[in-house]
Amino acid sequence: MAVLNDEQTMLKDMASQWVRDRLPVTALRGLYDHGGGGRCGSDGYDADAWAEMAQMGWCGIIVPEAHGGADFGYLSLGLVIEELGRTLAASPLISSALVAASALRLAGTQEQQGRWLPGIADGSLIGTLALDEGPHHAPERTALAATASHDGWKLSGTKRPVQDGMIAHLAIVAARTSGAPGDRDGLTLFLVPTDSAGLERQALDQIDARRPALYRLEAVNVAVNDVLGEVGKAADLIDAIRDRAAIGMAAEMLGSATQAFDITLDYLKTRVQFGAIIGSFQALQHRAAELFGELQLTRSAVETALAAIDADDPALPALASLAKATAGETLHRISSQMVQLHGGIGMTHEHDAGLYLKRARVAEQCHGSTAWHRERWARLNGY
Amino acid sequence: MAEMEPIDREEFRQEARAWLKANFPPALTNVPGLLFQGDAHAAAANDDYQLWRQRMTDKGWGVPTWAPRYGGAGLTEAHGKIIGEELAAIGGFNPIRSYGTMMLGPTLLEYGDEAQKLEHLPFIASHERRWCQGFSEPGAGSDLAALQTKCIDMGDHWLVSGQKIWTSGADQADWCFVLVRTDTERKQGGISFLLVDMQSEGIEARPIVLISGSTHFCEVFFNDVKVPKGNLVGEVNQGWTIAKRLLQFERNSLSEVKADITPLAPLAHDYLGTDALGRIDSPDLRARLVRNAMRHEAYMATVRRLAAEAKNGGPSHGVSALKNLWSGIIQERAELLIEVMGADGLGWAGDPYTAAEKEATRAWLHSKAFSIYGGSYEVQNNITAKHTLGLPG
Ligand SMILES: Cc1cc2nc3c(=O)[nH]c(=O)nc-3n(C[C@H](O)[C@H](O)[C@H](O)COP(=O)(O)OP(=O)(O)OC[C@H]3O[C@@H](n4cnc5c(N)ncnc54)[C@H](O)[C@@H]3O)c2cc1C
Repeated sequence: MAVLNDEQTMLKDMASQWVRDRLPVTALRGLYDHGGGGRCGSDGYDADAWAEMAQMGWCGIIVPEAHGGADFGYLSLGLVIEELGRTLAASPLISSALVAASALRLAGTQEQQGRWLPGIADGSLIGTLALDEGPHHAPERTALAATASHDGWKLSGTKRPVQDGMIAHLAIVAARTSGAPGDRDGLTLFLVPTDSAGLERQALDQIDARRPALYRLEAVNVAVNDVLGEVGKAADLIDAIRDRAAIGMAAEMLGSATQAFDITLDYLKTRVQFGAIIGSFQALQHRAAELFGELQLTRSAVETALAAIDADDPALPALASLAKATAGETLHRISSQMVQLHGGIGMTHEHDAGLYLKRARVAEQCHGSTAWHRERWARLNGY
Repeated sequence: MAEMEPIDREEFRQEARAWLKANFPPALTNVPGLLFQGDAHAAAANDDYQLWRQRMTDKGWGVPTWAPRYGGAGLTEAHGKIIGEELAAIGGFNPIRSYGTMMLGPTLLEYGDEAQKLEHLPFIASHERRWCQGFSEPGAGSDLAALQTKCIDMGDHWLVSGQKIWTSGADQADWCFVLVRTDTERKQGGISFLLVDMQSEGIEARPIVLISGSTHFCEVFFNDVKVPKGNLVGEVNQGWTIAKRLLQFERNSLSEVKADITPLAPLAHDYLGTDALGRIDSPDLRARLVRNAMRHEAYMATVRRLAAEAKNGGPSHGVSALKNLWSGIIQERAELLIEVMGADGLGWAGDPYTAAEKEATRAWLHSKAFSIYGGSYEVQNNITAKHTLGLPG
């Protein structure tokens, strides 16, 4: 584990305790419908638990002090996210406190930061990034059009899936102000309140009971000073935000993988077949040992990447892709093995294994899949 | 059974082709047969299916190699294979395929007495009686011989009490073949093989929800269930031998090559786009799709080679290795399919996910069972290591 200072250790312990008490896996199960998908009418998160998280200051961990945050760094936020990942706790912490806050920190004007960050920091306002427009992460393929109007811009197009999009108040929307889908030039980010006229939202019912959204924008009016960063030059900014988002997801996945492994290890130590504890079979011992090794790689990749954000390390892009791809592969394997090693019980909705399996595949697709990040790492490293 | 002459085969192929063309309801083309095997209500409600089942029953082609008095057509394995191939070629399915035809039927043919065969085989051959498999128990999964369900000889009947679990289709089945304990002193040597009518008093089947949302799984309780003496297959305490044979039939059918699988490349083109050279626009995913497709092709070639090599046909120990290869390839394919679909492969219900996307997602979840049921991946490897490779253990 990374070397933590006293405050970070306290934060981690507190998060660990709170998540287990307040949002154990049974809380997520409560959001589920029969076998999968979200329960009708549910927003895919627990609003009261979210308020408590805000109370503890988790929403402001990376927000500058001037805007009501603690400016306590990404590694600290990562520790909390990892603990949430352990119990598959559903909350918009990554979308809002990490992704939206990062976007504003990286490129917001004083005025924009002053307007949005305090709400994000105290949890009263939920932000999210509306980037992708199809099933695969592909920022440069953005087609949503922004056309200049007399007093600003008009946005038209669709976004999906928007993480936590049904509960978000602020969407940071990627649009094309020039060029054609596929171009890196011509992308612009806009700060768009989700109650804007012309913005319509539809909840998507996903296997992990979380509710991302489909946004339809029809001539949504945005003011000139709601442009985040420079007009037409957002590609690098999008990369920087997405890298932070990917690292946050990787931290969550590390937590999920660690917990899935622990639960499975417990089962190997208790289930008896052939008059022996199944963990005494060498085939399963080696399997467990290999998964343990993969977890070690993942922890290192994730913690290195979190620290790299705090250190403004120029290697950050490659480290972000390393973290997301490694965590993706590890959680994929461990969640599959969790089902396999539990046998029949692991196939039932009543058991937690299926919930880890489902969340794993959703997390894997979020902010760039394993395949996408391997490709990117390859390009960055001259392969 | 005498091998047919090559010319005879070609003639039979033509005959089969013509009959299938005339009798297979076109509306059922490319419909997964599992739909009707897994859901008795859907089967009962579908007229095309009922017509198709009846025609195949009359012809005896659902179980072509069984004797006509048991509802079959009395054909050779080679004939049966031709029927299967021609059926696959037109996107059809065998409406009779079930636990009864794949597992219990072949077992009864070897171990049942004539009365049992006449009582059950014709109903299996017409798919009028559904069967389920009552083997696993909460404490006896991979170690099946640890089963505890008690069966006491009451003179004029058997008295069964205990609990089974993971019994697929028990809530829709008419009959169940059950392994019971008739001797508590010996492990394998104290097990018997019993046929139980699911309508018997004292049986309760409770469905369990699976991660795929399906509820075909049940736990089954036997509370002092009376079973007629004549329902015991083979001798008392001979059940383990019979069960092992049945599990070979099960593995064999699980490792069997189903109809060819649709290639994923065209779908990947649609979902991921193509690069300037027309290749799937994700080299990493492309490489993994290619590897899976190549393994699949090599697997099919392996099955054909082994079938050609095994002159007398019957299931062999090599089947365990095949079952693991097949479940691995097909599970990976299910993973790749939802990965190709990306975020659209993660939908559970509602718009904008298409029916095909939602089906792929559930099929992926269900595929996790392939390496668990019918003997888990690990247990199959143990069998291969011990019996095929002669390693000690
Ligand atoms: C979808 C589905 C349908 C099923 N349908 C039926 C049915 O109709 N009728 C029926 O009777 N049963 C059915 N089963 C039960 C199935 O046969 C059992 O689940 C299976 O035999 C495994 O037993 P278990 O679940 O108790 O797992 P366990 O035996 O507890 O196994 C747990 C883990 O330990 C591993 N393991 C166990 N022993 C060893 C060993 N010696 N060496 C190495 N690893 C080992 C296993 O491979 C597994 O990974 C079904 C199961 C599923 C998933």
